[in-house]
Amino acid sequence: MCYRFTMTAAALTPFLLPERFARWFATRGWSPRPHQLQLIEHASRGESVLLVAPTGGGKTLAGFLPSLIELAPLPARCSRVLHTLYISPLKALAVDVARNLEAPVSEMGLDVKIETRTGDTPAGRRQRQRFSPPDILLTTPEQLALLLSHRDAPRMFGHLRAVVLDELHAIANSKRGDLLALDLARLAKLAPNHRRVGLSATVADPVPLQRYLVPQSPPGENLSELVRAKGGAVPQIGILASEEYVPWAGHLARHAMSDVMAAIKLAKTTLVFVNTRRQAELTFQDLWRINDDNLAIALHHGSLAPEQRRKVEAAMAAGRLKAVVCTSTLDLGIDWGAVDNVVCIGAPKGAARLVQRIGRANHRLEEPSCALLVPANRFEVLECEAAREAVIAGELDGERLKTGSLDVLAQHVLGMACAANFAEDDLYAEVISAAPYRDLPREDFTRVVDFVATGGYALKRYDRYAKLRKTPDGLWRLAHPRLAQNYRLNAGTIVEDPMIDIRLQSKGRPIGAGGRTLGQMEEYFVEQLAPGDTFVFAGEVLAFQGIHEDVAYVSRTNDTEAEVPSYNGGKFPLSTFLAQRVREMVSDPERWQALPDPVHEWLRIQEWRSVIPQPGQLLVETFPRGHRFYLVCYPFEGRLAHQTLGMLVTRRLERLHLQPTGFSANEYALAVWGRRDLSGVNLGALFDQDMLGDDLDAWLAESNLYKRTFKNCAVIAGLIERRSPLKEKTGRQVTFSTDLIYDVLREHEPDHILLRATYQDAATGLLDVARLGDMLARVKGRIISRKLDRVSPLAVPALLEISKEMIAGEAAEEMLRETEDALIADAMRVE
Amino acid sequence: MTRGDCTLLVNGETLMLDASGAAWWAAEKTLVFADLHFEKGSSYARSGQFLPPYDTRATLRRIAALIAHFHPERVIALGDSFHDGGAGARLGEEEIALLAALTRAVVWVWVEGNHDPDPPAWLGGTIKSDIAVGGLTFRHIPLAEPCAGEVAGHIHPVTRISRGGLSLRRRCFVSDGLRLLLPAFGAYTGGYDVREESVTSLFAREFAVFALGRERVYAVAGPAHVLARKKNVEAQPKATAIKTVNRP
Repeated sequence: MCYRFTMTAAALTPFLLPERFARWFATRGWSPRPHQLQLIEHASRGESVLLVAPTGGGKTLAGFLPSLIELAPLPARCSRVLHTLYISPLKALAVDVARNLEAPVSEMGLDVKIETRTGDTPAGRRQRQRFSPPDILLTTPEQLALLLSHRDAPRMFGHLRAVVLDELHAIANSKRGDLLALDLARLAKLAPNHRRVGLSATVADPVPLQRYLVPQSPPGENLSELVRAKGGAVPQIGILASEEYVPWAGHLARHAMSDVMAAIKLAKTTLVFVNTRRQAELTFQDLWRINDDNLAIALHHGSLAPEQRRKVEAAMAAGRLKAVVCTSTLDLGIDWGAVDNVVCIGAPKGAARLVQRIGRANHRLEEPSCALLVPANRFEVLECEAAREAVIAGELDGERLKTGSLDVLAQHVLGMACAANFAEDDLYAEVISAAPYRDLPREDFTRVVDFVATGGYALKRYDRYAKLRKTPDGLWRLAHPRLAQNYRLNAGTIVEDPMIDIRLQSKGRPIGAGGRTLGQMEEYFVEQLAPGDTFVFAGEVLAFQGIHEDVAYVSRTNDTEAEVPSYNGGKFPLSTFLAQRVREMVSDPERWQALPDPVHEWLRIQEWRSVIPQPGQLLVETFPRGHRFYLVCYPFEGRLAHQTLGMLVTRRLERLHLQPTGFSANEYALAVWGRRDLSGVNLGALFDQDMLGDDLDAWLAESNLYKRTFKNCAVIAGLIERRSPLKEKTGRQVTFSTDLIYDVLREHEPDHILLRATYQDAATGLLDVARLGDMLARVKGRIISRKLDRVSPLAVPALLEISKEMIAGEAAEEMLRETEDALIADAMRVE
Repeated sequence: MTRGDCTLLVNGETLMLDASGAAWWAAEKTLVFADLHFEKGSSYARSGQFLPPYDTRATLRRIAALIAHFHPERVIALGDSFHDGGAGARLGEEEIALLAALTRAVVWVWVEGNHDPDPPAWLGGTIKSDIAVGGLTFRHIPLAEPCAGEVAGHIHPVTRISRGGLSLRRRCFVSDGLRLLLPAFGAYTGGYDVREESVTSLFAREFAVFALGRERVYAVAGPAHVLARKKNVEAQPKATAIKTVNRP
């Protein structure tokens, strides 16, 4: 943390800053920043406040200064009460902040006890913290939920004066954010007079976070105060795009690796961001292949063992690394002073995400941070350019905050029952004071409580096993203390993809006979492999041999290219805001000048051969190619929304007997093909909004993505336990059983609350139905079509995309049929 | 409906493999299914996991539909019909009524399984440890050594098909022409891959795999002498032309 001398705040200081604090700033040669003083002022009035500030603005100290000022005059004491609770999305960040706070506390000689509490805290200390808390406790949302589920929570939190929520922008719009909001509502009940400080990176629209921060009293709306720190220097963003060659498709930017290496050499320390774990693996390998100087380049992503990640973080903190290839795992976190360069490979997907990543190289507000964007294909060049313009103009994507998930609410209700008996009315009032749940109908709440108590089925079969029972005075109580133990084992809203071990098959021995473990991969990826298929893992091309007892066996190959592409698309969809800017850029030929020649030429030929759509228009092209007929459209709404659109459009085409046989989607376009000419189809009807009705429901019933969503909801809501005290249920078992449960539930009780929760999730998450709906409304009456005699330039990337969503329904039958035909053809062959 | 499409010779007897996972022996008017696992869902309730309590009902309705279609004189439930000893007592009224009607209408045989060594007799039907009819013997757990004419459950076989980077997992029948393994029929029953040793160790020679599709069963792997369900398939296969599954 670094705070430089600024004159503007000096005049204000004596009124707000106690002598001891002012002296401390002075001895450091600093002066408090205006936003730090404003926070002290709000705190003195007991007001909750959102601080929006770029990185390098002394945000964390600003959050804690009021608490330190309040604690400073207290006499030396042995028994303390919890004064300030700090919540961070990352435990490493909590630990780092605690360490940084020690400096001012010891230098000012304050009697303030600061402790952290994470999953790594020894059980003994965790136990002690509940009875003898520190003045300031730094922890995570999950730990807070656990603390609040204890019967002694009122004693622990009864004297709480302040809650500091760090990186609020990163946490509010997620299931973790829902859980945190519910826990804040409980804290407001236990300590009604505490104030809150939200710390956020720059956001386009702070109002949803201001709402999140304070208790709501529907139908009215309450907002916290807002303090905006002065913006930092405008970052310097370069885009690495060759004037000679820009790939048509792909996400790896392998063509640019020597340039990336050159950028690494020039800087002191570089963070190389990519969008997925496997992309991180490949980029890491590609860089090492050309790392002739043996620079210390490390790898950091979520599938690596925690010890290995910690090792990288430690080496980074010690300044021993030249570069780290990383995923969003390092979007947030500890401020590493040595980082002076950020490279983003692939498109940024959102302006806010880009700002966040660039900020990792920013330690002083007044100095610009440097970043290099490396687009991997032509569309990504447009996206990078749009993102750069947005960031320089200071405009960011404003994403709407999600409504509270019902599965998270179910988990919370059980947690609250562990803490104390509750009256349904009281808990409902508390829940709707949390912003994400402010519009929750009472009836839904009752159904969630019923779900927790006995499963919430119309068929009352589980009354005698109830987890919650009514006391004679009408309160709900936990049926058995053992259930509290189960709750604590299963709490949390992060459901990991099940992973499977990858082992090298021992030479000359059958699979299952042991072999060196190479690591872990997502199970759904391994399931797509047939014996003999080759794929890349840990930088090698491996051949899949088979699965034996939940271990995938592989052998080495001499192949240089893998048959099965292991890139699975970006994890983050293109933001609506950025999509809009990309559409505008495409539609305006004057802005093409700024683009590299190959991209410029690509759009010019598109204009000549087909047409350039205007903003608000949807271009649909049809053309024959090979022995297929194609229909390609360009909504620019992200891969998820396009996949959903692809499913729905092919269903419609099937009904029109146009025999579609497949489709592929990328972030920008959707391509559908079939055996018959698609140029005569009524496009208004094909893209009508009513597809989101029955067609969507029918498709959802069979969609694997939807079943995966259901699984997550079932685990979070507690229908399926991740862990029981008796045995660890492997992710593998959970996978198949939730699919079967889903089928039965959907058939016999389609209105069940958990299916409602699943739909709600899918609509905004995996399937992006909400966004698809907005798009269909936007283009109504504004579809332009072109019948071409061959593929258009804009369509090429969509046709090159390899789409790999698992298939269901008719397509699955087709696959079975083909397998059988192939087998019979084989058996019938006469040689 | 394309039922009747997939017939198979097992130890000289002709069985029809149905997409539901049941086998129909027309010559004996006998319908066979395995591993119903009634009340598997409610067995989790005691540990606080309230799975949808509709699995028994879903399974029974599928059985009722099969009986209405085939009009069997005899039904053989091939063991593990009840998920545990208390399953009979946990059945709901609708399920009990449905079961009573079914067991009255046909000769109903409950073969004992390891989950239900003692099936609830009060539900009707007769209980047997195994039953031999013609060239076939029906028992729950297949014997360890090759056994001609054995029809068994217990294993819950599933198969995985991968083509072009896509993958399907389906319940399946498994047979080498001498013995037949049935897929699990119950709504909440999972399965084990046919490539696992629990399956491969049961067959001395190559076996065929028949995956359950939506409306029919598909032969997805195996040697031609087992697949000789269509008249024109030669019973003399060339070894190289056959995709073997028991030696991956």
